Amino acid sequence: MGVVKGDQMILNIGPQHPSTHGVLRLEVMTDGEIVSEIRPHLGYLHRCFEKHSENVTYEQVIPFTDRCDYLAAMNSNFGYVVAMEELMEIKVPERVDYIRVIMGELNRIASHLLALGVYGLDIGAFTPFLYMLRDRERILDMFEYTCGARLLYNYMWVGGVSHDLPKDFQKICIGFLDYFEPQIEEYNNLLTYNKIFVERTADVGVIPADVAVSYGVTGPNLRGSGVKWDVRKDEPYSIYDRFDFEVPLGDGHFGTLGDCFDRYWVRMLEIKESVKILRQALKDIPGGDVHQMLPKKIRPPKGSVYRRTESPRGDLGYYIMSDGTPTPYRVKMRSPAFTALSVLDEVSRGWMISDVIAILGSLDIVLGEIDR
Amino acid sequence: MTSAEIKAAIESQHPGTIVEREDLADHQVELKRDQWLEMATFLKNDPNLSFDQLECLTGVDTGEEGPLETRYNLHSMEHRHKIEVVISHDRENPKVASIEQLWRIGDWFERETYDMYGIVYEGHRDMRRILCPDDWEGWPLRKDYEGQESYHGIVVPKMKEEDGWE
Amino acid sequence: MGVLENKFQDNVIVASLDKLLGWARSTSPWYFQFGLACCAIEMMASAASRHDLERIGMMPRSSPRQADVMIVAGTVTMKMALRVKKLYEQMADPKYVISMGSCATSGGPYWQHGYHVLKGVDLVVPVDVYVPGCPPRPEALIEGLLKLQEKIQTERPLTRKIA
Repeated sequence: MGVVKGDQMILNIGPQHPSTHGVLRLEVMTDGEIVSEIRPHLGYLHRCFEKHSENVTYEQVIPFTDRCDYLAAMNSNFGYVVAMEELMEIKVPERVDYIRVIMGELNRIASHLLALGVYGLDIGAFTPFLYMLRDRERILDMFEYTCGARLLYNYMWVGGVSHDLPKDFQKICIGFLDYFEPQIEEYNNLLTYNKIFVERTADVGVIPADVAVSYGVTGPNLRGSGVKWDVRKDEPYSIYDRFDFEVPLGDGHFGTLGDCFDRYWVRMLEIKESVKILRQALKDIPGGDVHQMLPKKIRPPKGSVYRRTESPRGDLGYYIMSDGTPTPYRVKMRSPAFTALSVLDEVSRGWMISDVIAILGSLDIVLGEIDR
Repeated sequence: MTSAEIKAAIESQHPGTIVEREDLADHQVELKRDQWLEMATFLKNDPNLSFDQLECLTGVDTGEEGPLETRYNLHSMEHRHKIEVVISHDRENPKVASIEQLWRIGDWFERETYDMYGIVYEGHRDMRRILCPDDWEGWPLRKDYEGQESYHGIVVPKMKEEDGWE
Repeated sequence: MGVLENKFQDNVIVASLDKLLGWARSTSPWYFQFGLACCAIEMMASAASRHDLERIGMMPRSSPRQADVMIVAGTVTMKMALRVKKLYEQMADPKYVISMGSCATSGGPYWQHGYHVLKGVDLVVPVDVYVPGCPPRPEALIEGLLKLQEKIQTERPLTRKIA
């Protein structure tokens, strides 16, 4: 950062700050109100996930993956078990795949609801937050009904899931979707068509497509910049190739392509697509067993695998290295929020301090996943 | 392109850069350490390869006597193919050229690997620890790492097998 | 209240100032919005629509200067520990700490190999109420807060303590 010149000032945001979405510290070099450089400081939530996974068995890693991305724990589990199954070359029963997709998409909706609600809060709109958390609670109730936990599930296991769905889950879930779909219009009325919200987000913090790719930005943030890249479509895992859904792209709805509003808008559209996938999955779900017969201590063959899946925040990759023993030799999590945050410095230069909050919120970061 | 074709392309353009190794899988290739920057530039800019996305960068400690490794997972958005590049480092003095300016995400990935393994990426413009505090001692993810006993006066209680909590 | 009891009209309550202060303090402890990790999401959920912490007089404040209760919600790491202490010192007296979740209480799932995790926030700040769970449900947090209110109610701020 160097020497502070005459009219410059260093502003410290965080680690305790309501708009940093956790314990992130930003060292902001400003010239009056205009930001000239941002230096993010991470690690305030570094919980040694990778060290832990080298000391426990393969299945004991799953609860730790929950705690990395705590807003979308199902998707964290999903990524890990998909990578493990690729390493061990096993195929799971069809019902398991369907259950996983249903849970993953429900959690994607829950995560996006929180992301959008908190984004509204950052911008200064309090009401949407309450409305969105109201509906998120209903999704959490369904999770609780299925596996007993509200937030961190440990639900997907290697070769299966921990419990089968309750008998009337299909009915409850369809009931929820029927209730939920009209609500999306309500969110649009609260946020999307709100003049103040659009003024704060449109044209702000534009990420051009090539910058986004170079910085490894993925997920809704990359799609907001107009790049059609969705792991569910482009490198299909599980049974995502069976479903009919669109990949929403940013189109410069109210301003420039790749601005904060586009990233927000992509998330809103993705909720609709998830509902579409859920309806198809709930219709076709077959019966059967939910456990693959596996030994208690699994020993994958020697080798390594890198597999990425689409979590609500982007490409969630696991690099798993096995040496033939029941404990992993190395587990690395390539977290989408980590890469999304790295672009912050580049896109916020030249904007006001209040816009930095808008840009940071639009990236939808989770500190647990950044610091691991 | 398949992994074999990518390897063939590397071999034909830059003969002698691939290190022969038995224990690597088909999608992995080990390259010579001192030519890495040149090779990375080639992998990114060659129109047939055009690896424009650095998916993941993993440090690996191969054991007490073995070398440290950095593994780069590269992916091409244009051609939709991928390759994993392995670079080995000397354990005592791990150093390799930085690719931070080719793929900008390499900046933070390299800082993270430096933080965890102590591998120095030469040419990186801001080589600091990223997750642990600046005054942290040791390289946590190395296999021989011992935790600190106290940090700024905060004692770290340890579990001893025979006498329980300290 | 001995002699003064029933000497006035019905709408006059007689109490000692000490008790009154305890009652007033206990019914509106504003909490410090201090989310660290997973538990912070449950803390947010308890403040939002369904559980609504403002029913029991709890209101989130973003500055330590305005807060009475610090809810340590989540894993405290070594890097964060010194900041937690600093924030606690910035709060005005009387101040209380709730340790929410097993990470803040003892390191939780990270106690064994977590080289960078503080093994319990009580190593740096004094804790009044521990709420177990990983993460605790909003109901559990509310129970913890009610326990804290009970504790505050029994305090006698004007009575001189004999050490």
